[in-house]
Amino acid sequence: MSDVLSLIVAKYNYWLYVILMMIGLYGMIAKNNLVKKIVGMNIFQTAIILFYVSVGYKRDATIPILANAHDAHGATAIHAADYINPLTSCLMLTAIVVSVATFGYAMALAVRIYQRYQTLEEDELRMRLSEE
Amino acid sequence: MDNYPALIVVAPFIAALFAGLFVWIDERLSYPIALAGLAVSLFSGIQVMIQVIASGPIQYKLAGWAPPIGIEYRIDLLNAMVLILVAGVAFLNLIASYRSVQQEISDRTGSYFTVYNLFVTGLLGVSITGDLFNLYVLIEITSLTSYAQIALGDKDRGPLASLNYVFIGVIGASFYLLGVGYLYMYTGSLNMADVAVLIKGSEGSSTVLTAFILCILGIWIKMALFPMHVWLPNAYTYSPTAFSRVVAPLMTKVMVYVMIRLMVTVFGYDYIFNTLHLSDAVVWLATLAVLAGGVMALAQKNLKKMLTYIIVCEIGYMVGGAWMGNQLGMTGAILHILNDALMTFALFLAVGNMVYRIEKVDITDLKGLFGKMPWTMGGFVLAALSIIGVPPTCGFFSKWYLILGAMEKGAYHFVAALVISSLICAVLFFKVFEICFFESGSPDHENSHGPVAIEDAPVSMIIISGLVSLSLVVTGFYSGTIVNTIILPFLK
Repeated sequence: MSDVLSLIVAKYNYWLYVILMMIGLYGMIAKNNLVKKIVGMNIFQTAIILFYVSVGYKRDATIPILANAHDAHGATAIHAADYINPLTSCLMLTAIVVSVATFGYAMALAVRIYQRYQTLEEDELRMRLSEE
Repeated sequence: MDNYPALIVVAPFIAALFAGLFVWIDERLSYPIALAGLAVSLFSGIQVMIQVIASGPIQYKLAGWAPPIGIEYRIDLLNAMVLILVAGVAFLNLIASYRSVQQEISDRTGSYFTVYNLFVTGLLGVSITGDLFNLYVLIEITSLTSYAQIALGDKDRGPLASLNYVFIGVIGASFYLLGVGYLYMYTGSLNMADVAVLIKGSEGSSTVLTAFILCILGIWIKMALFPMHVWLPNAYTYSPTAFSRVVAPLMTKVMVYVMIRLMVTVFGYDYIFNTLHLSDAVVWLATLAVLAGGVMALAQKNLKKMLTYIIVCEIGYMVGGAWMGNQLGMTGAILHILNDALMTFALFLAVGNMVYRIEKVDITDLKGLFGKMPWTMGGFVLAALSIIGVPPTCGFFSKWYLILGAMEKGAYHFVAALVISSLICAVLFFKVFEICFFESGSPDHENSHGPVAIEDAPVSMIIISGLVSLSLVVTGFYSGTIVNTIILPFLK
């Protein structure tokens, strides 16, 4: 039991992202309202961003801005272990742009659907579609 | 010129930018700009192909940053083929669909051409890049632009079909992104060739296994492999004609290309077939996909929707061939990327011509169409024969390689599925032919503008449709050459 617990504590960032991802997936699958589904989708994407950013983290490291790259004798004085990995955060800037675009676009579609059918509930939409 | 690889992607992108600007200045100019962008791209693609055949794969460092730090474009024979295919189909479709766009989306043609070019940029980028994360970004560009174009279609159902596609598309792309994350954790690199070297020798690693499963699953969702196909039929049916003509042949096929690229270049045959032994299970899945696609196509009343289920069926062919684990199967799969893109393009061009004249293409609406639209129907028949797999057309040859591959592996269930689905396609298309040929409809056709006499589609549409249909026969005749100069050297 304590093994499992220590496994969870040691890798809590992965557990958190998996939990968030499942919440998002649950929202997308189980919710009836389109806007709730869209929010679920956004949570799903955010979970992956969290995963990436936590991968780049190092204990006792600082932000990757170099104060002085060389010491007085010109030898390199950078220890990679002192700085967190900036690459994963950079990648996630792109992923955030993507998720914002998708979210905005999905919301715009929801508006269009609402204007056409006066509802955002999926079961009602299905009924309306089968009537026509 | 050494910069052709960059030009392939950049030309349509810049064209999209200017086409977008001209929407506010003079909307009529957007179309020639978009067309010019794609023409440059197609020309560069052909130049690159010539270079690759003459002197081997090209590595192009974007902005001069050397890989693995910078993003690299790596073009070998397979990419070059897919690039020409994408640029060619997109270019021809833009010519063929001009009138159709004017008719269906008359209030925002300029914006449509802008988004169209962005979509093609995404597809070209996906085919050319040698960087895993770059691939994700370009997949998302492709997806976002296709969501937008689908929503422009059918006023009632377009937005809803598009939204369902958004949900599934996001799940697929996110799985892929997650897989790339695991690969990055393990190797610290995002360059495909670099990753391939770094994961060699770590077959037992659970991180690599997770990455593999997530990447492939994501791509499968994106390519609509049964049972992950549910988004495809509605999305492609309710999109505007001009867009369904380009997305149906290209989107899924480019995703199949991505799958093959991941299998061949990144993870490697050894890992997939000797360490994981996945061949049997996936070939069974593909068999199911082929059968399910065929059966669901039988149940459709709308011609366009029927064709979308045939795409689901064809995806099964390619996945089955690629996972057969032998050279014949892979050859068949790659040849089928080319052939299926052309066949689907020809079919959708013909259907687009019908939609242009009669608006609704339920199968019962097609009565007597042979007499009224002879040229369009001629193209349709040729394309349909190719889908069925009648010998002089190209569809026969890729099916032949697929069957040979399956025989070599002993996967007789896949052979059976191939034959059965060909029969189903024959039944489907002959049912359509019968209605078009023997049942005479009224001379006038009722559409939303009242009864009109039907004549064949405008010349620009017929010429492209005819050319593409003829290319099916030509590709069929040159299948041997294509296999020997492109596919076999690539697989070596």
